Amino acid sequence: MKKDTDYLQDIEEIRSLMEKSSKFISLSGWAGIFAGVFALMGSYIALTFLDFNPQSLSVDPGSNPFQQTQIFSVVQLALLVFLLAISFALFFTHRRAKRKDELLWTTTAKRLVMNMSVPLFTGGILILLFISHGLIGFVAPFSLLFYGLALFTISKFTFDEVKILGLIEILLGLISVYKVSLGLLFWAIGFGVVHIIYGIYVYFKYEK
Amino acid sequence: MKISIDSLQKAFESRVRLGIMSILILHDWVEFVELKDYLKVTDGNLASHLSALEKLNFIQSRKQFIGNKPNTSYAATKLGRESFGNHLNALENLIKGVSK
Repeated sequence: MKKDTDYLQDIEEIRSLMEKSSKFISLSGWAGIFAGVFALMGSYIALTFLDFNPQSLSVDPGSNPFQQTQIFSVVQLALLVFLLAISFALFFTHRRAKRKDELLWTTTAKRLVMNMSVPLFTGGILILLFISHGLIGFVAPFSLLFYGLALFTISKFTFDEVKILGLIEILLGLISVYKVSLGLLFWAIGFGVVHIIYGIYVYFKYEK
Repeated sequence: MKISIDSLQKAFESRVRLGIMSILILHDWVEFVELKDYLKVTDGNLASHLSALEKLNFIQSRKQFIGNKPNTSYAATKLGRESFGNHLNALENLIKGVSK
C-alpha cells in the first residue's frame, strides 16, 4: 500500500492535469500586438484613402451598396486585415507551442476554435447582410459585438483575461451603436488599441 | 485509526493511469500523441497502461487512419467513470481520516 503523502501527490497530479488539459494557453501576446497594429493600419487606410467613416446608419437605399467601389474596397480591406491577423496569430502561437514543447492542435484547441467560429461566422454573415441593405453604419459596431461575444464564450478555454477583453469589445460595440458617427474610431480602439494593450499585458505576464 | 481502503482501486495506483483517467474524464476521444504530451511519458509506457485500462473496460479506443498513419483515440467508459469516481471518493475519505 502507498503512503498518505503519495495519495496527496496523486491528487496534486490529477488537479494539474485536469487544468492543463482544459486550458489552451499557447496563444502568444505577439498575436494580439500584431492584430492590433494591422487593425490600426486598416482603419487608417479606410478613413484616409477610402473615405469610409459612416455618419449615419444607412446609405441611399435605392442603390446597391455592393456596386459602390468604396464599400467593396472596405470589405476587401477588412478581409485582408482579418487574414493578416489570423496568420500572424497562428505563426506566433505555433512558435510558442514549439518552444514550450507542447502540442498545438489539442482537444481543447479544437473546442476553442469551434466555439469561436459560431459567433464569428454569424456576425460576419449578418454584417454582409447589413451591407447589402445599405446599413453600413452597423458594420463597425456589430463586428465589435460579435467578436466580443466570441471572446467571452471561449474565455473558459484559455486565459481569464480573454473574458475581460470580450466584455470591453462588447461595451465598445454597444456605445458605437448608440453613437454611429464614432463607429470607425471605436472599431480602431477595440481591434487596434485594446489588442495591443492586451498583447503587451499577456507577453509580460506569461511569456517574459 | 481504521480506514476502509476497499474502494481504492488497485488499477489506479500508478500515476500514469491516474493521469490518463483525469484527462479522459474531462475530454472524450483524446489522441495518443496528446496524452503523451500531457503525461510526458514514453510511447511504450503509455501504451501498456492504456491497454491495461482498456482490458479492465475502464476506457475504450478507436482507431482511425489519417492518410496512411494509424491514429488511436481514447475515451473513458461508463464503468471507468464510476470506478474513477469511487477511487477519488476513497482518496478523499482517506485524507479526511488522516487529518482528523
